[in-house]
Amino acid sequence: MILGSFFNTQKNNQKKENDGVISLKGLSKVYDTGKVKVEALRGVDLAVYSGEMVAITGPSGSGKSTLMNLIGCLDTATSGSYLLRGEEVSGMSREALASIRNRRVGFIFQSFNLLPQISAFENVEMPLIFGGMPKKNRKERVMDLLERVGLSERMDHKPTELSGGQMQRVAIARALAMDPDIILADEPTGNLDTGAGGDIMNLFIELWEQGRTILVITHDPALAKRAPRQVEIRDGNITEDIRRN
Amino acid sequence: MLSIIRQLIRDTKSQKLRTFLTLFGMIWGTTAVSLLLAFGEGFHQQLAKESAGIGNGVVIGWPSRTSMPYDGLNKGRYILVDDEDIGLIRKKALGLSYISSEYQTQYKLHYKTKILAVGVTGIEPEYGEIRNLIPQEGGRFINHLDLQMKRRVLFMGDELAEQVFGNVSPVGQTINLHGSPFLVVGVMKKKQQNSNYNGSDKGKVFIPATTLKMMTGQKFVSNLVFAADNVRDTGALIKDVRHIMAARHRFSPDDEEAIGFWDTSENAKFINTLMLAFRIFLGGIGCLTMVVGGIGISNIMSVVVEERTREIGIKLALGAKPGSIMVQFLFETLALSIAGGIIGIIITFLICMTFPALNLSDTVGDPRLSPISAAATAAVLGLISFISGYFPARTAANLDPVIAMKM
Repeated sequence: MILGSFFNTQKNNQKKENDGVISLKGLSKVYDTGKVKVEALRGVDLAVYSGEMVAITGPSGSGKSTLMNLIGCLDTATSGSYLLRGEEVSGMSREALASIRNRRVGFIFQSFNLLPQISAFENVEMPLIFGGMPKKNRKERVMDLLERVGLSERMDHKPTELSGGQMQRVAIARALAMDPDIILADEPTGNLDTGAGGDIMNLFIELWEQGRTILVITHDPALAKRAPRQVEIRDGNITEDIRRN
Repeated sequence: MLSIIRQLIRDTKSQKLRTFLTLFGMIWGTTAVSLLLAFGEGFHQQLAKESAGIGNGVVIGWPSRTSMPYDGLNKGRYILVDDEDIGLIRKKALGLSYISSEYQTQYKLHYKTKILAVGVTGIEPEYGEIRNLIPQEGGRFINHLDLQMKRRVLFMGDELAEQVFGNVSPVGQTINLHGSPFLVVGVMKKKQQNSNYNGSDKGKVFIPATTLKMMTGQKFVSNLVFAADNVRDTGALIKDVRHIMAARHRFSPDDEEAIGFWDTSENAKFINTLMLAFRIFLGGIGCLTMVVGGIGISNIMSVVVEERTREIGIKLALGAKPGSIMVQFLFETLALSIAGGIIGIIITFLICMTFPALNLSDTVGDPRLSPISAAATAAVLGLISFISGYFPARTAANLDPVIAMKM
């Protein structure tokens, strides 16, 4: 009986793992500056499942940005394993990681990171160009995305001609362009006023309800509370993992 | 590809000064290299033309004294060559194209009130062909009939003709040479000549060998002048002529002093070697100039990479391949260099076109941009711009997106 339940749990775990979009095992990151070694992550285990929305919180210097960079394949771990949709990412080449970022990850940054010299349309188009989508398909796709974030009328504007909230919505459209497995948002409301920040958060909730997997890094507790799952990091370790219903 | 070109256009528009400086460096470098090569080429052509003035691949032989005892005969014997020897060489020597005897003397020339002392050369008709004495329009060179009939006709150098006749057309005029009247039958066409013996052809008078022999009583030639069918066989021909003469005059075939030979085709070879060295030198200087231009480009591209670090970071984060970032920067460098290179070549070409108007052709020749020089310039330009673009491009491609985005 006990044995049976053990096997059951194993089986369940396995099933859950296969469902997992992100699976981190003993992931650690050490920054070696030559003189000092900084352990930013100390063996993090984390699984994120398809359709989850996770808020990652923690004080500054806790390692949450490092975690975000690793999950976003912008950086590689010192040790440990990272499966993204069952594919081992650690140890991949720079070129392969670029391709993963392009197809699998949608980034949203605190400072928007839009290219200032090109229009909103062209900014959203960029990942599609890197992904090799033919021109005629791109146009339709970008129009569709901008419409979804409510900016189709502004597509010819340059980022400097848009408000902060609008810029972040362009960035969200850009993040959705390649239909990625996960959306990674790093303090997405950090540079916005309360109103615009609330709008953006609502947009995230909306996307989540449509079935997207979303990870939001924030140290705004009000914002974190709106996410159904909250993971807290301190000193490179996960200290709390709360699910709300 | 199209997006790379669009990016390039955007960059050049937004950074006009940088683009201008980059282009200028490359235009300067290319113009320097191609112009130096073009002048080198022109100078070479000019030298070749001048050295061909004495005749193409001509050999001058002058009978002298033996330098070694042979067949029981003492050394220091004078070797004297006459018309029979010339006939023998004409009959026996292999690969001989033309041969002519040459008799020399100095005579007083009278024309109206002018009296001049001139070098007079008695020759055979073949001489004109060998020594590149081409008559000006309306005249002719000494012919076989002149020789046979010992006519008193003369062919004169262009400078001498001008000195004697001024504006009067010389052909058909009668001149007094050593007390005998001579009919002028031709004047030499102006030519470039940078080597000679007994004076340049432009100041000489040429008369039939038979006429001169009759006037002076000379029996033996001053020089024998000949050329090979093929310039490359000149060495073998000289050897053959020496053997024929050695057998007839009983001197050692190894005696190089009995009859001295001056192979002017050796001059051409020397000039070719010299000019090759000269061109390598000029090309080297030009390349150094281009390297300086390349360093400028490399610097500027490094600044560009630094300025665009954030943009590169964002692009990398969005999935741009490091390889394609590298290609983009390399392409930018190459495109700017090639544009500069084309303008440089055009400038050189224009200079080559207008240079003859300066009337310096006689001294330095007309610069000419040969396809080989142009190709060499293009190759060096391509290599230098590739190298100067490579390092900044690699820096760009190797940027860490996390750090780059924070710039």
